[in-house]
Amino acid sequence: MLNLEELGFAGCDAVVVGASAGAVEALTRILPELPAEARVPVVVVVHLPPNRPSLLPELFRPRCALRVQEPDDKQPVTAGTIWFAPSDYHLMIERDQAFSLSVDEPVRFSRPSIDVLFETAADAYGPRLCGVVLTGANDDGALGARAIRDAGGFVVAQDPALADSKEMPTATIARANPQWIASLPQIADFLRQATGSSS
Amino acid sequence: MTDSDAIETRLLLDAIYLRYHYDFRSYSPASLKRRLASARRQLGCETLSALQERLLHEPNLFSQLLQFLTVQVSDMFRDPTFFKTLREQIVPVLRTYPSIRIWIAGCSSGEELYSFAILLREEGLLERTTIYATDINPNALHQAEQGLYPVERVPAFTENHRRSGARCSLSEYYTAAYGSAAFDRSLRKQVVFSDHSLATDSVFGEMQLVSCRNVLIYFDRTLQDRAIGLMKDALCRRGFLGLGSKESLLLSAHKAAFRDFSPSERWYQKC
Repeated sequence: MLNLEELGFAGCDAVVVGASAGAVEALTRILPELPAEARVPVVVVVHLPPNRPSLLPELFRPRCALRVQEPDDKQPVTAGTIWFAPSDYHLMIERDQAFSLSVDEPVRFSRPSIDVLFETAADAYGPRLCGVVLTGANDDGALGARAIRDAGGFVVAQDPALADSKEMPTATIARANPQWIASLPQIADFLRQATGSSS
Repeated sequence: MTDSDAIETRLLLDAIYLRYHYDFRSYSPASLKRRLASARRQLGCETLSALQERLLHEPNLFSQLLQFLTVQVSDMFRDPTFFKTLREQIVPVLRTYPSIRIWIAGCSSGEELYSFAILLREEGLLERTTIYATDINPNALHQAEQGLYPVERVPAFTENHRRSGARCSLSEYYTAAYGSAAFDRSLRKQVVFSDHSLATDSVFGEMQLVSCRNVLIYFDRTLQDRAIGLMKDALCRRGFLGLGSKESLLLSAHKAAFRDFSPSERWYQKC
């Protein structure tokens, strides 16, 4: 079994995940693995086309033990829930650990932007945050991951060699120097422990 | 202990309020922080304190800062099903009024305003409607008054318009020239453009409908309550309130004053 302490992971109060091209397949191998008794929230940004509602909650709800939701503005970031960023909004976390949304301009063509979620979450949770960057064909998430590292949090990148699109984890590795680079099954195992009671 | 960044932000917002009477003190901190950081960089200041010093002595700089603090990027007929509900379920009620007053609160550069005007024209109600379009940013109001949008944005507008249950093409309402789509001036014949702040101003008239979409997300819950309170006071009995697709009255102090009309589309009706 994976030893989280050996990785230098000291626990967290929230997990933020970013993914783009290849996201659905990657998330399918991770999110259904999370146990129903998970004690921390998991907040996910996937790049989506604007102008239509996200289908991700409907897609993942039947497959996951955890509650799957899209947050409304100012809703508390409750544990035991997988939160998906809605399409065409930036998703942020305030210091009082409530969500807030914006329609500020896209960041490097993306709204929602992974960087925006990660940077605000780093402000809100400091060292008690874990960020995970998965497959994607651009460099969103790299600066956000850097912000998580700077605040003392833990960053995991999917191994680019095993990712559907390698640009995003590669950019994160280059700019944020993640504590761990891993495969999807390893990340699933890690998150199962990091979010569950066994850590 | 409060970090320096938080102290600088608070002092800057106080300075802006004291000097220019714009009140950003109850804005949502996360997006405000990003906007201020972006403004600071673009205006070439090392710190927020440096920006504050310049703001106090260079009034012209404030109008530049205001663009950073209030810019929102929206589409016409954003969330087409919101407009479909307006068209199919609310217009029949509006039709029963001899004259109609609508308030678009936080109209920004006018996309929402033109969406309403076009829909009301299609439903034959525009001639007896007065629309009050308000915002705190004079440049955005000016843009809204011009009704000019880059042609690249028009395909998305057109698709949204079609999905809102439109009976004709959006191209009926604009002419394209020099890279811009110019919306028909007759759409804004009965529009009153006005500088109004949900943070500091009060109610200015009785409305049958208020639309305030993706504005409240920029406010903290205290300011949200103030703003919703103004809308509640502005609405006539049974008047309609439309919010953004991720905004609701669930956490609001004024929740009891409204009933759900179409909660999935974020339409509420004053009791």
